[in-house]
Parts: sequence; structure tokens; C-alpha cells
Amino acid sequence: MPEPTPGPSQGRAAHGAGAALAALVLGVTACWGGSTGQGRELTVFAAASLTDVFEEIAVSFEEEHPEVEVTFNFAGSSQLAQQIGSGAPADVFAAADTEIMEQVVEGEGLAADWAAEHGEDGLVLVTNTLRIAVPAGNPAGIEELADLAGDDVTVALCAQEVPCGAASLTVLEAADLKVAPATLEEDVRAVLTKVELDEVDAGLVYATDVTSAEGRVEGLEFDEAEEAVNHYPIGVLAASGDPGLAAAWVEFVTTEGAPVLRKAGFGTP
Amino acid sequence: MSRRDRRVPRTRSGRMPWVLVLPALAGLLFLVSPFAGLLLRAPWPTMGRRITEPEVLAALWLSLSTATVATLVSLFLGVPLAWMLARTEFPGRRLARALVTIPLVIPPVVGGVALLLVLGRNGVVGQYLHSWFAITLPFTPTAVVIAQVFVAMPFLVISVEGALRGADRRYEEAAATLGASRVTIFTRVTLPMVLPGIGAGAVLCWARALGEFGATITFAGNFPGTTQTMPLAVYVAMQRDPEAAIVLSLVLLLVCLAVLAALRERWTNP
Repeated sequence: MPEPTPGPSQGRAAHGAGAALAALVLGVTACWGGSTGQGRELTVFAAASLTDVFEEIAVSFEEEHPEVEVTFNFAGSSQLAQQIGSGAPADVFAAADTEIMEQVVEGEGLAADWAAEHGEDGLVLVTNTLRIAVPAGNPAGIEELADLAGDDVTVALCAQEVPCGAASLTVLEAADLKVAPATLEEDVRAVLTKVELDEVDAGLVYATDVTSAEGRVEGLEFDEAEEAVNHYPIGVLAASGDPGLAAAWVEFVTTEGAPVLRKAGFGTP
Repeated sequence: MSRRDRRVPRTRSGRMPWVLVLPALAGLLFLVSPFAGLLLRAPWPTMGRRITEPEVLAALWLSLSTATVATLVSLFLGVPLAWMLARTEFPGRRLARALVTIPLVIPPVVGGVALLLVLGRNGVVGQYLHSWFAITLPFTPTAVVIAQVFVAMPFLVISVEGALRGADRRYEEAAATLGASRVTIFTRVTLPMVLPGIGAGAVLCWARALGEFGATITFAGNFPGTTQTMPLAVYVAMQRDPEAAIVLSLVLLLVCLAVLAALRERWTNP
């Protein structure tokens, strides 16, 4: 009986397949680099709530600086701070929380020259305040913050581990309200989605989130929101490979970008 | 002398084929090293106090109980489904089989979105549950189980279907010639034959349910004691207190290892 010996041709085929596999992996990972090898790259780590505005501002920034390609990493501020702490390559960090920026300042640090000029803990770019978000048409008839404490009102809040959750807790405590939320969502967008889908009667989100979902949710202002105004610091990181370009981006965002930020519902510091 | 006689000892004494051994070792290292990292970074001095915190115990209990209920539901629905796919012929059987595997390949968060749109308070089916029976599924432990069944049951179905295809059908045919009904054949002949396959499938299903994250957080939300399972607790803790996340991860790792080791012993080596 002929035994299944791997002939030389099969061996070559196996080697060929292995080499092809390796080449494929290398090829694909090389593509991920995204670098075209020419021009300057700017990597901006920014809080998820800045996604739409920063992308819009980047378009005009790239028009003004055609050789520059702006790459974003949008996520929760604390997640981004961890990534920066673990050595992720970033030029600019824009957080939705001053404490998180302070952590980064203490850890990796900001670019010394930039910080000396604009602030050791970064520059406060914008502010954001909480709103009560209700589904379009406000089916549960929510009018004020106290209505969230109603027995048959289903409420979604952010988990207190994330900035919007801490802010929600502050305003509820300031109003001396006991709210029993149905869910503590992992970020503010998840709260917004639950409101948008009418899965909950109300949720606490930021003014900018209400603007982003205009027509699908309604936002109600309330006085206690002043107790937890959120500041968004931005800074050029010490690890930046191109601090000049990074500073230009920050400058551009604060000047040319200001109308875009205001339109999105951000407040001025 | 045949070629075989000369070849066998040479193969045995041959060098380790490094083209296989090196990637194998690298693969093993890659899979194990993250857990070593967890152990190294764990806050051992405060470990005892942290793992007995009520939030941790609540999340652990919720995870274990929902994963177990999800596995029982999957057995109840999945074994008959596997039987149907393996033992019957009906138009569209191939399509049905392909559909069953969809939850295996789509990201669980997509499953969560789909479940929310169908079973949510305002969903295609959920709005009637809400208005006719006053049942609201999101934000309840039931929603956690539903999310887990959705992502975990296909593992059970595929595993049991494979066992059924591998089983010797002549025993079933013999039982049929002796006058047994199809249900009797299934319960008395088929089931006992594929029991190890069902056990292995159930273990896989349970493990997948225990690790479920995306569909759960999307469909069931996240509230301590009600819908916050261990994976959700790890994720949320990571936002503020990475040490707490490490502790939770280690607890989950330990429980998984213990349960899987115990069940493997019992089910897959009968």
C-alpha cells in the first residue's frame, strides 16, 4: 500500500502556502499603517463627544494645510488616557474631563513649550452642560428634573464611572432627588440611543448630544445643570512627533473651529 | 525490506520540525501571556477585601445564574433544532443551517441592536408585549438571558448537529423496525448516543454565555444586580478603576477555569 509520504512537490506547496500567508499578514498590517510616506501626519485623541465637530474642523484644517493628514481616535476620555499612558502615539489630547487631563499631565506630560504658553493643565476648549433628553413628542410628559424621580418613569443615566455619570450624580444630589434608573449606560451616547429608541422616558445627556439627535430627541434645560458644567481641556502632548503642527491644530480649533463648536451646542469657557 | 521499515525509526528520531514548533510555541505564548499580565498587575494586598464586595458578588451571581438559565433554554430549543438539521430533509434546510450560524459570525453588539429593535419597548414585537401584556424586556435579567441565548445557542446547535451526523444511524433504524415511534427513538436511542456531544456543546454554550458582553450591554443595559454581569462590570470598572477591573477579571477567569475543568472531566471524558 502506498504510504502518504509528503512528496517534494507537496513540501514546496506547503512552503509556498506558508510564505503566502506570511506575505498576506505583512501586506495587510502594512496597509493599516495608513501612511502614504509623504506629508505630515497629526494624530488627535479626542473625547467621543467631539467626534462630529472635530471631523468637520479637520476638513477645513486640511484645506488650509494640504500636506497634512489628520487622524482621529475618538473614545471615552479615560480610555484614551489609558491608551496614552500605554504609549499610544498621539500629538493632541482633548478630554471631556479636567481630572483625566490632569492624570495625563502628571503621567506622560504636555509639550513643555506649549504648556508654558497656554496652561500647565491644558487649555479649556469648551464647556458642556447636562440636559434632560426625552423621546420626540415627550410621551411621558417630563417637564423638570424632579419628574425623573417619578415611580413609573423609566430613566437611563450614565454609569458613575464615566464623566457624564458623575455629573448626573452631582445634579441629582444638588436637587436632592432619589432617581431609580433602569440602566447605567457605559457612555452618554448609549443613554441618548435608549432615549432615541423610546426605550426609556428620559435620560441625562449633554447639550451637544441633544443637538446631534435633533428631531429624534428633545432637550430640556434645568437649573441644577449649572452644578456640573463639564470643561473640555485640550493639550499638545510631550510625546508628539510634530509639536508645531499639533499647536497649529489647537490654535485652529479655538479660532476657526469656534463657530462649529458653538453650533454643536458647546458652551464657551 | 520495504521502505516503511527504514522510514519509521528515522521519523521518530528526526529533529523537531521547527517550522511547526516555533509558531506553535509563539501561539501558546500569545494566548497565555495576557493572563500572566493580569496576575502580575493584580492588587494582591487588597484582593480579599475587593472580591467580597457586594457589587462583585452580585455581578458574579448574576453571571453564573443567567449563563446557566441561558444554557438550559439553549438545550431545550437547540437540541431539537440540531436534530431537525441533521436528521430530517425539508426544503430550505441548508439555508436554515446557514442562518443558525449567523450569530456566530456577526459582532454580538449587532445582535444586541437587532434584539432591541425587535424586542424593545418600541420594537417590532416588543411594542405588543408592552401594550398587551405589560411586559418590558430591556433592563431585566430576562433580557440578559435572551441576549446570551442569541449568541450562545448556535455553539450548542453546531456541536450537537455534528454529534448527530457522526452517530451510527443503524441503531435508530433497528429501533424503527422494532416498532418504536420517532419520539421514542429520539429519547431512548439518539439522545443517549450523542450525550457527550450535547455535554460538550452545553459547556461551550455556557462559556460563551458567561463571556457575553456586546449584546447584553446593548439590549439589557447595565444596572448592578439586575443586568450588570461580570463582563459588563469589568468594562465599566476599567473606565475609572483599572485595579478593580483586574480583580473582577481574575475572579471571572478563576470561575471559568474551575467550572470548565469540572465539566470537561464529567462530560467530555465519559
